[in-house]
Amino acid sequence: MSAWTRILAAILFVLLSPILAGLLAGLDRIISARMQSRIGPPLLQPIYDLLKLFQKERIAVNRSGHFFLLGYLLFTILAGIEFFIGGDLLIVIFALALASVFFVLGAFAAGSPYSHIGAERELIQIMASEPMLIMCAMGFYVATGSFQVTTIHAQPTPLIATLPGIFLGMIYILTIKLRKSPFDLSTSHHAHQEIVKGITTEFAGPYLAIIELAHGYETILLLGFLYLFFAPWPLLALAALIAVYFLEILADNTHARLYWQWVLRTSWAFTAIVGAGNLILLHYLQRGGTP
Amino acid sequence: MNLFRKSPWIIHYDGASCNGCDIEVLACLTPRYDVERLGIINTGNPKHADILLITGYINEQSQPVVRTIYEQMPDPKVVVAVGICASSGGIFRDCYNTKGGVDSTIPVDIYVPGCAARPESIMDGVVQALDLLERKRKEKKTRRRAIAPTPTSEVPTP
Repeated sequence: MSAWTRILAAILFVLLSPILAGLLAGLDRIISARMQSRIGPPLLQPIYDLLKLFQKERIAVNRSGHFFLLGYLLFTILAGIEFFIGGDLLIVIFALALASVFFVLGAFAAGSPYSHIGAERELIQIMASEPMLIMCAMGFYVATGSFQVTTIHAQPTPLIATLPGIFLGMIYILTIKLRKSPFDLSTSHHAHQEIVKGITTEFAGPYLAIIELAHGYETILLLGFLYLFFAPWPLLALAALIAVYFLEILADNTHARLYWQWVLRTSWAFTAIVGAGNLILLHYLQRGGTP
Repeated sequence: MNLFRKSPWIIHYDGASCNGCDIEVLACLTPRYDVERLGIINTGNPKHADILLITGYINEQSQPVVRTIYEQMPDPKVVVAVGICASSGGIFRDCYNTKGGVDSTIPVDIYVPGCAARPESIMDGVVQALDLLERKRKEKKTRRRAIAPTPTSEVPTP
């Protein structure tokens, strides 16, 4: 990639992601509504919500909380830019982890117990999902010999053929990252209100909008990760992404929320079985079947 | 574009009542009425809400709670009193613990009559509240602009 295409990719990511993520979330809400035999909101509803939140009054519980939120948004965008200009996958993952930590710090900055419980649960979610993300980068490295997104993207054969286990593991943690039931512990995003709104409780108006925005960038970035598995065949990739997202919506609408212990245990077990199993098998096969 | 018309988020609180109106409020979320098609979300968090739906009368115990919820909501905000108890105290009006309707504690913008209020009339009340939200936002903006040139002047309290 030349310098200009990199800059173009970065600008396109920053400008288009919120719109794309908004449309995706709108579609998500319509499909969810249809699954519950409702009509559902208009397609542009998440974008209306976002713009409305920016018009609301700024209430500050704690200034530092809002500073941390900006860190969350900034590092999510940086991770996305690094990914879409074809940079280093490890930097993407570490920037994303740092962004999540900023979000948690923002919630801890307020004194509300709901916010604190949400933040603690978010930490648990990070613990549950992070091993699989790193395993994914390792899988790409073992299969292609590089952590560079450009190199991984330029592979002649689709990586799903050699990394099916890693792909399954990524789908599993995508449910955590997209804040869907049964793993929707920290935000109480979809009408589960036992900890009010969890990690987002203390953020009102424009600050809630920042969270939604960062979440949108994160969604597009994670879908980008899944795209890499099918990179040589864009149409198949698109079909796979649609199928995966539909599965996430289906899981969201058919599952109650789980205990955090269960979330941690199953995601680590799944990571160990399909992720590490895939890596070991791949390594073994690459050495020509000799251990 | 009138965004508050497109995305009103609601918090629902029951002061104290027979729960009849609460059931009707929840009925609005069911497939039969489906208020989400109007962009309405039941948030459960005052800091995310635009509209405060209150059912039931106000008593000693619920008064500070209602006041706190109202104060925690960011502007612009609208209060809708749902049902006759929330409007005036209703059948509980003469009870020794009753303070009265919601307007005994916080300013109410829309009164929805009924015992229990029908889902249709609750939705009608909310839809009337939407225009009010946008008007309040504009009023606040013009007031801020009017105050801006003389920063030392007192802010007129409504």
